[in-house]
Amino acid sequence: MEYKKLVIALAGNPNAGKTTIFNNITGSRQHVGNYPGVTVEKKEGKITYQGYEITVIDLPGTYGLSGYSPDELVSRNVILKEKPDLIVNVVDASNLERNLYLTSQLKELEVPLLLVLNMADVAEQSNKIDYTLLATLLGIPTVRAVGSKNEGTEEILQQALRSVENERQFPERVVRYRHEIEDELLYLRKQMGAAGQKKLEIAASTESGSAVALTYPSRWLAVKLLENDREITQLIATVHPEMLPDILKSRERIQNLIGDDAETCLVEDRYAFVRGVYHEACKAHAMDRLSVTEKIDSVLLNRALGIPIFLGIMWLLFQLTFALGAPLMDWIDVGVSALAGWVLAQMPEGLLSSLLVDGIIGGVGGVLVFLPNIVLLFLGIALLESTGYMSRAAFVMDGIMHRAGLHGKSFVPMLIGFGCSVPAIMATRTLENPRDRLVTMLVTPLMSCGARLPVYTLLIAAFFSPQAGGNVLFSLYLIGIILAIGMARIFRTYLLPGETEPFVMELPIYRMPTLKYLLIHMWERTWLYLQKAGTLILAMSILMWGLFTFPLTNAQENQFADATQQLESSYAGKVGKAIEPLIKPLGFDWKTGVALVSGLGAKEIVVSTMGTLYSITDSDVLAEEEDHAVQSFAQRVREQSGFTPLVAYVLMLFTLIYVPCLATIAVIKRETNGWKWPLFTVGYTIVLAWVVSFVVYRAGLWLGIGI
Amino acid sequence: MRTLKDLRPGEKGRIKMVKGNGPIRRRIMDMGLVPGTELVMERYAPLGDPIEVKNHGFHLSLRKEEADTIILE
Repeated sequence: MEYKKLVIALAGNPNAGKTTIFNNITGSRQHVGNYPGVTVEKKEGKITYQGYEITVIDLPGTYGLSGYSPDELVSRNVILKEKPDLIVNVVDASNLERNLYLTSQLKELEVPLLLVLNMADVAEQSNKIDYTLLATLLGIPTVRAVGSKNEGTEEILQQALRSVENERQFPERVVRYRHEIEDELLYLRKQMGAAGQKKLEIAASTESGSAVALTYPSRWLAVKLLENDREITQLIATVHPEMLPDILKSRERIQNLIGDDAETCLVEDRYAFVRGVYHEACKAHAMDRLSVTEKIDSVLLNRALGIPIFLGIMWLLFQLTFALGAPLMDWIDVGVSALAGWVLAQMPEGLLSSLLVDGIIGGVGGVLVFLPNIVLLFLGIALLESTGYMSRAAFVMDGIMHRAGLHGKSFVPMLIGFGCSVPAIMATRTLENPRDRLVTMLVTPLMSCGARLPVYTLLIAAFFSPQAGGNVLFSLYLIGIILAIGMARIFRTYLLPGETEPFVMELPIYRMPTLKYLLIHMWERTWLYLQKAGTLILAMSILMWGLFTFPLTNAQENQFADATQQLESSYAGKVGKAIEPLIKPLGFDWKTGVALVSGLGAKEIVVSTMGTLYSITDSDVLAEEEDHAVQSFAQRVREQSGFTPLVAYVLMLFTLIYVPCLATIAVIKRETNGWKWPLFTVGYTIVLAWVVSFVVYRAGLWLGIGI
Repeated sequence: MRTLKDLRPGEKGRIKMVKGNGPIRRRIMDMGLVPGTELVMERYAPLGDPIEVKNHGFHLSLRKEEADTIILE
């Protein structure tokens, strides 16, 4: 059967339940990606319905369509350039006034619209909504829906087909502005050469350089010119450069006539239109739908209780992610080892078995081992976001985070960073603003993750007394936090300067999340990780395996006598030796260099590499009781390395700061859509690690501490 | 000149104008904080900043520096 193709885009405010409606329509047939060139997420789903193959695009949630934020730019560009057949505008019916403001702007894009009044059940408790009148007043067909109960999904699809098949069901209703503005809109349209025309065709070049002609609604163009919209002004400047003074004059006239700037007037008039519609079509009962939320907030945002409750919830999130994840990770470990053992038993020892076992199976294990953390963390985050607590968390923490140049929501990823940087980087998705997100992503690896702990444990056991050990450990965590805050400020000031992003944030009403939403959200993140980051982590693991395995024989083509010799002669060993002059000023020798290179794979490997380098075989250690194992291992490291406590401390510092592991780099690459920021992270962390280590080492030598 | 920042929890005010320009101002206005709108100051965050206000059926938080650009009648 031949399907007719149809493209539908969902638009709406954040918290309007757009994603729930999207999930209801598309089920699990979704594809998540990114819009080209920006970190805005693109979600698409495909379904077949009554002879149509419908592609549903979930646009980013926005409050308006000004060109200031990437989300808004992406939304309107998809509408203008990809020309979906229908825009489904999902609104929170219980908060209609503000939600319809976006509707008023979508109307101006003059595309077929369908209004979905979501959360109608909540709205009807406090309001009597006349759906037909609303449709007539707006000139848009409406559908009543309750996304959380999957009500209205069928009606949305049916109405969508009706809207596409029949041209128009309601007489057009244009958002009218006050006459001073209407006069200028007419004037600007005349100047553009579109006096009586609804549409204006403008030749533009695409990113690839080829020329395309795009049609824009001429009235909308005039509105955007009055609003001083950067993108549209530039666009007009390419075809009508002579118009620029006219635009300025238009805005000036409005300022003189009304006494307010054009942008304010336009926003005001849209709200006036929306309020008019709202008050005619909705009659409020006495009940206030906000009262429950207000009661909860009087506790959760209480000046005395707000912070302790927040910390408690964060503790739960951390425990959920890591404590609950630990046994699952152990199972994965056991499973991977069993597989490795089985493969070893099946084939002769050699290069192929080493590649399979140490390279590939080890690499796959390295990808899978993060899965429990990611699944559980995103379950927790989905819960926090869908209930409405996430914005409260930002509200509570912003006072501190803002001072560091971060956003209140940056707290969550940074906290998760103490467990593992990989899910932490992924958790930055809760930050809507790209600059806040990027800065958080760059500094999160400085939070000391769980994989660094074995390095600390070993070196502290070897070089510090049990009494001093606790303080040494604490100082490392503290230095990580201080560096993260300091670097965030520096990045915010020098690397990504500019106006601070607004913190104008809605505190939505509390809601019960649906299980479906939680599961889809969790699955989506997990799949993204496996598909995009996972393959890269695997490739890097194999590369690391190669570095440590080759060459197989020495110059005389003989096998190496033991593992220590092999490692010393491997490419990794050569890298370690090559960087010795660079790390000598920090008190490190080439062996430390090799251990640090191995730490790129995962920080905890630093420990086992040191074991190999100092010829500590597993049997030496395993022969003893578990408790003694660390002790004896530490003792050997102390005897063989010739480190002073100072060098050991500097090594821990360096391990804390330098390049987060390859998995983290892979995730940063995935999240920022390119190699620029992961490479920057590698570079800056190495430089920072070197500088901090150098200062501490020299200061220690000079002061005579720990030598 | 009284701004939104000067309201104490529980107090009401009506917006006269929003100062400044660019993205922050537009975002504030897009959220419905346009001249003529009546607001209720709800509370300070536990750390004193940001603040929470109630506007036509929903709650909004903004930093004090942003609240200071919203001039009341």
